[in-house]
Amino acid sequence: MEYSIEEVMETVKMTLYHNFDIRTVTLGINLKDCIHSDIEVFKSNVYDRVTDYGRTLVSEAGKLEAKYGIPIINKRISVTPVSLIVEACAERDAPVQIAKTLDRAAKDAGIDFIGGYGALVQKGITKADALLIDSLPEVLSSTERVCAFLNVASTVSGMNMDAVIKLGKTLREISNRTENGIGCTKFAVFSNAPEDNPFMAGAFHGIGEPDFSLNIGISGPGVVRSVVEKNKDCDLTALSEVIKRTAFKITRAGELIGRELASNMNVPFGIVDISLASTTKVGDSVAGIVEMMGVEKMGAPGSTAALALLIDAVKKGGAMASGNVGGLSGTFIPVSEDSGMNAAVKAGALSIEKLEALTAVCSVGLDMVAIPGDTPAETISAIIADELSIGVVNGKTTGVRLIPVPGKKAGDYVNFGGLLGETYVMDVSAFGSRDFILRGGRMPSPITSMRN
Amino acid sequence: MSKYLVFITVIGKDQKGIIARISNAVYKHNINIEDLNQKVMEGYFVMTMLADMSDSSMTIPELKKELSVIEKEMGLSIQVQHEDIFKAMHRV
Repeated sequence: MEYSIEEVMETVKMTLYHNFDIRTVTLGINLKDCIHSDIEVFKSNVYDRVTDYGRTLVSEAGKLEAKYGIPIINKRISVTPVSLIVEACAERDAPVQIAKTLDRAAKDAGIDFIGGYGALVQKGITKADALLIDSLPEVLSSTERVCAFLNVASTVSGMNMDAVIKLGKTLREISNRTENGIGCTKFAVFSNAPEDNPFMAGAFHGIGEPDFSLNIGISGPGVVRSVVEKNKDCDLTALSEVIKRTAFKITRAGELIGRELASNMNVPFGIVDISLASTTKVGDSVAGIVEMMGVEKMGAPGSTAALALLIDAVKKGGAMASGNVGGLSGTFIPVSEDSGMNAAVKAGALSIEKLEALTAVCSVGLDMVAIPGDTPAETISAIIADELSIGVVNGKTTGVRLIPVPGKKAGDYVNFGGLLGETYVMDVSAFGSRDFILRGGRMPSPITSMRN
Repeated sequence: MSKYLVFITVIGKDQKGIIARISNAVYKHNINIEDLNQKVMEGYFVMTMLADMSDSSMTIPELKKELSVIEKEMGLSIQVQHEDIFKAMHRV
């Protein structure tokens, strides 16, 4: 036999016992050619495009799931940033109408989330961008499957602080209009947002992309945790090696399935996002890997170093496995969606400040963090500005998904339900930066030499 | 005709007739057994069978469904996966 029984069983065990799966197959769709100044024609073009490709995506993904025995958890679509495609429409509510069309199309096609309801405003805000931002509370409280994003900063443009001011208020408003602030779970704010990210809530089909692009997000915190568990006594150099090898294998599986799916759908294959993406399942937690490495509780001193080693090893293995690594390809540490992260918050081991530090070396941002509902809008803006500065200065993507939970204070329990998980509201500093934030303007792009 | 190779893997408690019943099921559907291996790993009986489905009219989901009867009756866990996934993961 070409393969040893151990090799075959390693693959089988990954899916059977360690929650290995393809987390998402996300088809990026260009909608620019659907644009029409008659909004009814425009909506019908968008609906037809999304349902046509969405249905094919769902059925073809199902076939590959059966062929390879690897579950494909989510089938998703990302579209051209909506602020760009509504510019030709005179109606002020054009963004809302398109959002509702996308929502209906996603539902009819069996797509669980559709991303791209957003804008790139790092340098400035167009009329359409402003309409879209103003529509976010309505859209996120009246649609089910639409995910929104806003890129407000980048290394080459700096940070649009006028947009950041607006966002503090917008997040409060979205939160007040949805139960437990759940609308905020579908909205991500970025610096250096990638154009080919397959993961929600921040996925969109960038303007540098072809008409279609099939992107794939793999997942394997449980698989990595199990190899770390098997290598209890080795030093960190050796540990990095075993993680690398595992990352190689799971990335190859993702690449195989992504390429075949793209080819069966007759669309170009885009990227494999190698991010370790946790789920609420115990044993499928990134915090669980860090703790298995020897950190007592996620957030304890040593967590930043451990996470840095982990993601570096994942990137090295992933880059060897596929020439198409892209998207976010960091490590997700969404607090409510990761049982270990959540337990660390409950135990008092993890604060927002430590989360921010973790994102500086390896992860992609403050993700799914519940904060008190009465956090001042300017403080929310300040947290966003802090996190995005890390991305701007270090030339990487950082994102923020904060959920101000109405009526809740630090330490209170909140359940968002299903895959969104449950969490405890995190403490936010009582000291603010109102005067700093309200200066507005644009923080200039940083100098990229003198790297200390 | 090119081969359509799948791995049928079985995990469970060792008992009489596992290989006999699975071989019989695949034979019935014109599936050729190319290779077979068995071992006790971490206390469990493990069997891997490489089979060629190119002459069979069955699809992988249909084969899985057929084998799920044996799976239930004998208290086993049976997987059927196309060979390419093993090639991708274990061969550079």
